[in-house]
Amino acid sequence: MKALLIGEYKNGHIDESFYELVGFANKIGADSFGFAVAPLDVNIEYAGKVYIADISKAKEYNPKVHKNLILKLIEQENPDIVVFSHSSYGWDLAPRLAAALKVAQISEIIDVDNDEYIVPFCNAKLRRKVKPNTQKAVLTLQAGAFSPVKSNAAQIEPLDYIEQDDNLEFQGFEITEKTGVDLTKAEVIVSAGRGVGKKENIEIVRSLAKALKGELGASRPVVDAGWLDPSYQVGTTGQTVAPKLYIACGISGAIQHLAGMKKSNFIVAINKDKDAPIAEVADVFVVADLLEFVPVLTSKLTK
Amino acid sequence: MNILVCIKQVPDMESKFKISSDGQWYEQSDLTFKINEYDEYAIEEAVRLKEKLGSAEVVALSIGPERTKEAIRKALAIGADKGVHIHDDESHKKDSFQIATIIASYAKDKNFDIIFLGMQSQDRASAQVGPILSELLGYNCITTIVSFEYQDGKVNVKRELEGGIKAKVSAKLPVVLTCQLGLNTVRYPTLPNIMKAKKKELITINVNELLNEQPRVINLKAYIPEKKKGGIILEGKSDEVADKLISILKEKTQVLR
Ligand SMILES: Cc1cc2nc3c(=O)[nH]c(=O)nc-3n(C[C@H](O)[C@H](O)[C@H](O)COP(=O)(O)OP(=O)(O)OC[C@H]3O[C@@H](n4cnc5c(N)ncnc54)[C@H](O)[C@@H]3O)c2cc1C
Ligand SMILES: Nc1ncnc2c1ncn2[C@@H]1O[C@H](COP(=O)(O)O)[C@@H](O)[C@H]1O
Repeated sequence: MKALLIGEYKNGHIDESFYELVGFANKIGADSFGFAVAPLDVNIEYAGKVYIADISKAKEYNPKVHKNLILKLIEQENPDIVVFSHSSYGWDLAPRLAAALKVAQISEIIDVDNDEYIVPFCNAKLRRKVKPNTQKAVLTLQAGAFSPVKSNAAQIEPLDYIEQDDNLEFQGFEITEKTGVDLTKAEVIVSAGRGVGKKENIEIVRSLAKALKGELGASRPVVDAGWLDPSYQVGTTGQTVAPKLYIACGISGAIQHLAGMKKSNFIVAINKDKDAPIAEVADVFVVADLLEFVPVLTSKLTK
Repeated sequence: MNILVCIKQVPDMESKFKISSDGQWYEQSDLTFKINEYDEYAIEEAVRLKEKLGSAEVVALSIGPERTKEAIRKALAIGADKGVHIHDDESHKKDSFQIATIIASYAKDKNFDIIFLGMQSQDRASAQVGPILSELLGYNCITTIVSFEYQDGKVNVKRELEGGIKAKVSAKLPVVLTCQLGLNTVRYPTLPNIMKAKKKELITINVNELLNEQPRVINLKAYIPEKKKGGIILEGKSDEVADKLISILKEKTQVLR
């Protein structure tokens, strides 16, 4: 098995997720080599060859350009699998590449067993085991699912850049300014999810956070609804936290939320649905209506 | 302007799921179905664009069994003009590539300017149908959009990246866009609009007329994952459960003494 691992160059370095792809390739016993659009002198801690297309020519991410670069490399090296991280880059590019190659694409792999892949479905409440029906396959791996592997500096092989105008124009980045709370330093976080039902009920969760001398956090829908500002959000598109105690109130436990809090020392979930996927990480799962239970808990703690 | 919105009907994610008797998927009977959350944002955005332009046609398409019509009716009540139901009792057995080819064979000669999809479906969650569809049709494609604007033949969108960063991207039509949470707030259909929706055109096409590809991914089995080992479940009267929880926290964490 030969694996092409696709790295992402972000904020001045190769993103850490690349080393999880290396961990995956090692786990399945594949020979691997890498690819990234990056500066030619980029530092990659990987014991192998990495083809680099010069970012000063390729500029910002352009799907068609990146796809064509990878297609050319595939033609040259003939890998069996092409592996991405399931990130905004990976889920954008992987299906386009698979479509162009006319091969299977499997998204968000969390485990592997003999050429058979495990993927979550139904908001992570269920799992499926799947396998490609084509000789080659394009895969995306869930962030954090495979342990990263690093070694000494990679052997860099420059790759010729392909010029291509495709009607897509990059107009710059918009960066959300960090305001408000820094949850990464909190010892206790009590988070509110969509299960609170409405904005006013956030106060119920805030009171519990106060009683525990902790910070208030939130899942994404609470932020999207405008009930709290984005600095409260925990998850892949919010903050990654690891407090001593994390209490999730009315949060189902979607993968993107879990990714931001599963390293917490002790996790309590308060949810009326016993099967909510947050049960997979909860040390204590309280099956209850939070609107009824949380005030009782808070009053006992403040007594 | 010709706009297509692809919607999927998915179970309420708070349902209790069981594995189907063939061991391949979830059991579909006894579940409540609704429009995939991400697709609701897609419909809303399409309808807002139509309202802004004054003239445009929004077609809502969904592949699935008979019950899928309810989802299409809701899209019509939100403001879509025409429904297309691609009847397929076995749609859950199709992989994302096949779903994309079915949509592509419907759309290929219809000259859609913009095709809105969800970023992912809540049940299958492959996040593949949109980008594959764009490849099949030769359209531009921007995924995971959280902001949308149309001006002078171009779409200007913000595409969500990691770490609170968004990329501002413009594209010429025709374009496929996949919608992310937070793009907009979906309106509640009013009673008059629900009534009007009943009179709107809803055509049904049999999937066999559009499908011509084999799956590229084979489903081996579906199963329910194990809960955390050693996790404690507390159930019962709030007062007693709260006492138990406090004593566990005192014992197991350093935050309560
Ligand atoms: C690319 C991408 C990035 C994302 N990034 C993030 C992120 O950073 N952070 C994040 O959180 N999400 C993120 N999401 C969204 C994520 O997939 C989920 O949609 C989201 O986490 C769900 O939030 P929730 O659990 O609050 O809501 P839901 O999934 O709707 O769950 C609500 C829960 O509350 C329970 N409940 C309802 N009423 C009550 C009650 N009265 N008492 C007790 N329990 C109750 C329900 O049983 C349910 O389990 C992202 C998604 C994508 C696609
Ligand atoms: N059966 C279907 N009918 C119509 N659209 C669908 C169907 N399945 C998926 N889609 C569209 O494709 C998007 C991505 O789905 P997926 O690739 O399954 O995560 C969804 O948000 C829908 O817009």
